Amino acid sequence: MSSPTPQATSLSSDPIPTRQFGDGAISLEPGLGEKDMIINFGPQHPAMHGTLRLILRLNGEKVSGSEPDMGFLHTGFEKLGEYRTYNQFIVVTDRMNYFSAMANNTGFACAVEEMLGIEIPPRAAAIRVLMCELSRISDHILGIGLQGMDMGAFTPMLWSFIEREKVYDVFELTSGGRLTTSYTRVGGLAFDLPDGVEYRVRTFLDRLDDTVRDMEGMLARNRIFMDRTVGVGVLTRDEAIDYGLTGPLARASGIDRDLRRDRPYLGYEQYDFEIPVFTDGCVYSRYQLRLAEIRESAKICRQVLDSMPAGEINALGSKATLPSKDDVYTKMESLIQHFMLSMPGHGLKTPASGEIYSATESPNGELGWFLISDGSAVPYRVRVRPPCLFAFQSIREMIQGKLVSDVVATMSSLNVIAGELDR
Amino acid sequence: MSAPHTPAPQDAPEGDHPPLTASEKSYLPSIVKGIGITLQRFFKPNFTVQYPEVGPYDYAAQDRAIGEVNPRHRGEHILVKDEQGREKCVACLLCMAACPALCIHIEPEPAPWDDRERRPKVFEIDMLRCIYCGYCEEACPCDAIRLTPKLYTPTTSRTERVYDKERLLENNPEAQVPQRPRK
Repeated sequence: MSSPTPQATSLSSDPIPTRQFGDGAISLEPGLGEKDMIINFGPQHPAMHGTLRLILRLNGEKVSGSEPDMGFLHTGFEKLGEYRTYNQFIVVTDRMNYFSAMANNTGFACAVEEMLGIEIPPRAAAIRVLMCELSRISDHILGIGLQGMDMGAFTPMLWSFIEREKVYDVFELTSGGRLTTSYTRVGGLAFDLPDGVEYRVRTFLDRLDDTVRDMEGMLARNRIFMDRTVGVGVLTRDEAIDYGLTGPLARASGIDRDLRRDRPYLGYEQYDFEIPVFTDGCVYSRYQLRLAEIRESAKICRQVLDSMPAGEINALGSKATLPSKDDVYTKMESLIQHFMLSMPGHGLKTPASGEIYSATESPNGELGWFLISDGSAVPYRVRVRPPCLFAFQSIREMIQGKLVSDVVATMSSLNVIAGELDR
Repeated sequence: MSAPHTPAPQDAPEGDHPPLTASEKSYLPSIVKGIGITLQRFFKPNFTVQYPEVGPYDYAAQDRAIGEVNPRHRGEHILVKDEQGREKCVACLLCMAACPALCIHIEPEPAPWDDRERRPKVFEIDMLRCIYCGYCEEACPCDAIRLTPKLYTPTTSRTERVYDKERLLENNPEAQVPQRPRK
C-alpha cells in the first residue's frame, strides 16, 4: 500500500471514522491506487431499483471492486412477526415484496398450514395458483420493462405497466386492494372469486400475448440491446450454486430447479408447464428466461381457469378459519368458534414447539419461511429467506472488471426488491 | 410435468442465442421493426385515464377491468346503525384485537338498552395508522364496522384524521346498506 495521499491527511486532524466493508475489498482508507476512486452507487440513484447502495471502486471506468450494502429499507418485519398473530402477519407479507404481494401471501399461508397440518380445499389451492401466476406475470413483465428502460428502451416499459395495471385490476376486484392484497388466510382465502374475474383474466391473457410479442420485437435481436446485455453480468453455474441463487437468476445460469415442479405445493403437479432453463447466465439470458416464464405462467393460468373446482374456499373442518358471517350471525357454535379465533389470548392452536421451513417459488426465486411456534397464537420466530438477499450479494462477482454501464444493466436484471431484501 | 432440460448444443458458440447476422449488426432492421410496432400501438385504444376529469372508477368505456365501484374496495370505515338509529357495536373489542396496525381504540360502557350489555363510550380509529386491511370487518361478529369504497379523504390537519364515534357513524351514509356483499 502506498503512503497516505495528501488529501486524506489534510482533510482533518480528527479523521472521520471509516467503515470496513466485507473482506476489505473496498476500503475508504488511504492507500487507494492513484487512479482508483470510490463511488457510491445509490441509495439515491435513478438507476438503482429501490434504496440499495453499491459501493464501487473504480479504476477509470472499470470496476475494480464493489461492495453491496444493504439495510436502508430495514423495517423489522421479522421482529414484527413475533408480535402479530399468524393471520395478522399476512398483512406484513404484502409490504415485503410489493412487486408480487399475492405470492408472498400465499407462501406464508402455505408455511403456517404445513406446520399446523391443514389441508386446504382444492378451490382455494386453485385460486392461489391463479393469483400467484398472475403476480409472476406482472413481476416478470415489469422486470423486463425496467430492464429495457435501463438500457434506454423506454417504450416497452410503458407497455409493461399497462399489463401490470390489468393484473392489479383483477387483484382489486378479488381482494379489495391493488398492491397490498392481504388475500390469503391460514386455511384458505379471505374471499371467493367474484363474478367476472374469469372473463377478465382470460381477456387479459389473450392481450398479454400481443404485448409480450411487441416487447420481444422491440428488444430481442436488437443490436443496441444485445450489445448491452449479451455476456454482461455473467454468473456461471457453479458461482450461482455457491451464492445460493434460486429462481430466474439460477435458471438463467443453467440450474434446472423450480420448486413448483421439484417440491409441488398447491397442486402444481396437475398443471402442464415447462421450466425454461438457459445456460449463459448473462443479462440477456435472464431477459429471455423471464419472457419464457411469462408464457408458461399464462399457460398455467388458462389451465387453472379451465379446471377451476367448485366448493368451499376455507378449510372449515380444521377450526383454523373463521366461519362464514351468516353462520356467525345465526348459529351459536359458529359464534363461539369465531370468538375463540378472534379474542386476544386465543387464536390458532399451534404446537408447543413447532418448527417448519416451507418454501414456495415466488417470482424472484425460493421464498422460504422458517417458523417456530410456542403454542400461542403468535409465532415465536418468523424468519424469511428472501430470494433477493442472495441475488444482491452475487452482484460482486457479476460486475468485477466490467464497466460502469454494465453495473446498471446487471442491477436491473436482478430485480432486487429492497423491501424484501432488508425485511 | 416438464421435460428435463437438454443442454445447449456445443457447436453454438453464443450459447442461448445465435450470433447477430450482418444485417442485424447494421441496426437497420431493428429500427424499422421497432418503428413499425410503435406505429401499430399508436392506433390501438388508449389506456390512460384522464384522472382528475375522469374518476378512477368511471372508465368502463376505456377497457379497464373495473367499471363500477368495487364493493370489495377497502376504504374508510363506518359504524353501522341498526333500525332504531343506534350503533350496532356491542364493544366486544374483537376488532381492536384483530387490528394489525393497532389503530382502533375502544372504551366500553354499560348500555342503557335492554338488548345488549355494552356499547362503546369511545370508538376511535386513527386513520393515519390504519393500513386498510379489512381485518376489523372480518372480526366483527355483529356487522357493526365495515370498510366502504370511499376514496377521497383529504384533510388539512392530522387531528382530523382520528375519527371518533360520531364521525364514524355519520361517515358515508350511502354505505349503510343491509349487508355488504363480501363473502
